[in-house]
Amino acid sequence: MSVSIERLDVRRIRSDFPILGREVHGHALRYLDNAATTQKPRAVLDALRDYYERHNSNVHRGVHTLAQEATEAYEGVRTRLGRFLGGVEPRGIVFTRNTTEAINLVARSIVEPRIGSGDEILLTEMEHHSNLVPWIQLAKRTGARLRHVPITEDGRLDLDAFDDLLTDRTKLVAFAHASNVLGTINPVERIAERARAKGALTLLDAAQSIPHMPVDARELGVDLLAASAHKMLGPTGVGFLWGRPELLEEAEPMLGGGEMILEVHLDRATWADLPQKLEAGTPNVGDVVAFGAALNYLEAAGLAAIRAHEVELTGYALERLRSLENLRVYGPEDPEHRSGVISFYDETIHPHDLATMLDLRGIAIRAGHHCAQPLMRRLGVPATSRASFYLYNERADVDALVEGLEEARSYFG
Amino acid sequence: MDRSFGQLDDLYREVVLDHYRSPRGRDPISEPACRHEGVNPLCGDEVELAVRLEEDRIADVQLRTRGCAISVASGSMLAEMLPGMTLDEVGRLGDRFREILHGSNGDGTDDEEDLGDLEALRGVSQFPVRIKCALLPWVTLREAIRACKEGLRSPERATSTEEDSP
Repeated sequence: MSVSIERLDVRRIRSDFPILGREVHGHALRYLDNAATTQKPRAVLDALRDYYERHNSNVHRGVHTLAQEATEAYEGVRTRLGRFLGGVEPRGIVFTRNTTEAINLVARSIVEPRIGSGDEILLTEMEHHSNLVPWIQLAKRTGARLRHVPITEDGRLDLDAFDDLLTDRTKLVAFAHASNVLGTINPVERIAERARAKGALTLLDAAQSIPHMPVDARELGVDLLAASAHKMLGPTGVGFLWGRPELLEEAEPMLGGGEMILEVHLDRATWADLPQKLEAGTPNVGDVVAFGAALNYLEAAGLAAIRAHEVELTGYALERLRSLENLRVYGPEDPEHRSGVISFYDETIHPHDLATMLDLRGIAIRAGHHCAQPLMRRLGVPATSRASFYLYNERADVDALVEGLEEARSYFG
Repeated sequence: MDRSFGQLDDLYREVVLDHYRSPRGRDPISEPACRHEGVNPLCGDEVELAVRLEEDRIADVQLRTRGCAISVASGSMLAEMLPGMTLDEVGRLGDRFREILHGSNGDGTDDEEDLGDLEALRGVSQFPVRIKCALLPWVTLREAIRACKEGLRSPERATSTEEDSP
């Protein structure tokens, strides 16, 4: 690539996040739980406040000025998000509460009407519960069968096994772009291409990828894609589904009510056009508007620069963690093949004890099963510790983590 | 350093670390025993517990904990203390233990239960998210005793999200 990528000015970025200035237990906060949720820059907080102080109104139906402003702001973010995803049509974007709701919407509205007993849904062993449980429920309702692509020892999808598991019976392949435990970035184009050749739909759980790297929805070749605003500097309470519009046109609405109708009689109704058809009820206008400020912030920083920063930081963290004896570090060796998520396990100290000890030094990591119990079973551990990075993390965060880990090991060892 | 290091020593007292490093009650017990498997779905900790009753006394306890230092130590203390106690005594001890985990200092009267090593887990009260770790073996024990009373002998798996359900 000949395009040069600007380096992030991390010091300046950090000053945009008020929470990074606070102390926890007398230490500067070192926030390393970005795979769970990310912190918010002042611009996002200001946008939320500005919306409620100046423009608050319900959307789509009002004639008055505030209603027009609120509608423009809300729909403006949809358009903005379309550009962010590589220039997709805004009418293919449906706002939901979170990634989980977007996946449930796909299950109910798109997959359920076209699946039956004997058909198969292909998932993977590294999925988050949000991309497992809706399919378990669907299988129960329809008699469809669930299959799972296994993972290799270094935490990648076993693509030979995928090729074998993908058959004419496969109606949907649903998988994570980046694993929230292993950090593995999956080869989306290859999987999507093979699935398409077999006539199966593809759903990408992009919750752990879209915040961290340039993602072009159409280039990836998937039919549907889901993610959450709060994992990309935006507020909680907003997620989205992008789908090929012709697919969404056929979708049967999961929820009925206001906003999603064209005409209602006492005994029948017709549906509005996309995307309103799939957004019943008053949407989360304020948080969607603030999400727009998060998208602006991310683009100003540059997704390629964010990705380069995380690759560098992850490489540094992997090197330091791997130098510790008896510490299992999961996922692919090469930071180019993974996101900024690192899970590890130490026989001498339980992840919860470690998380408590690090918290006392102001370091926030995650300990537990990370909503991926089947993957924990596959790894043969009850829980792991996980550190996950974002654009505002720096080497000093990694150093603090490793020092804290070493101290905890000597405490318990 | 601090405040944080002091707090750490409050949580992981030497007695706690000793129970964690060499947990008691791992040897198999003689039958008939009632069993229960407790899990904390929030963190994945697991306790497999077997208890043998002789009338209203606990004759023997065996348990295996896959979990953090707090849950392992709490289970180990339980296994050490309970054999020989009546179910009423166990109930009172469990109640008293729950009280200190929730920060109660007691009323200072002489008839309070002697907490023994469990006293060392008092520091957990400063870490509210960890209270459920300390209680997991106790919740599991309660279910195993219930199984005994109902004449069940098969291991049942139940979850204990409640940090302190009645």
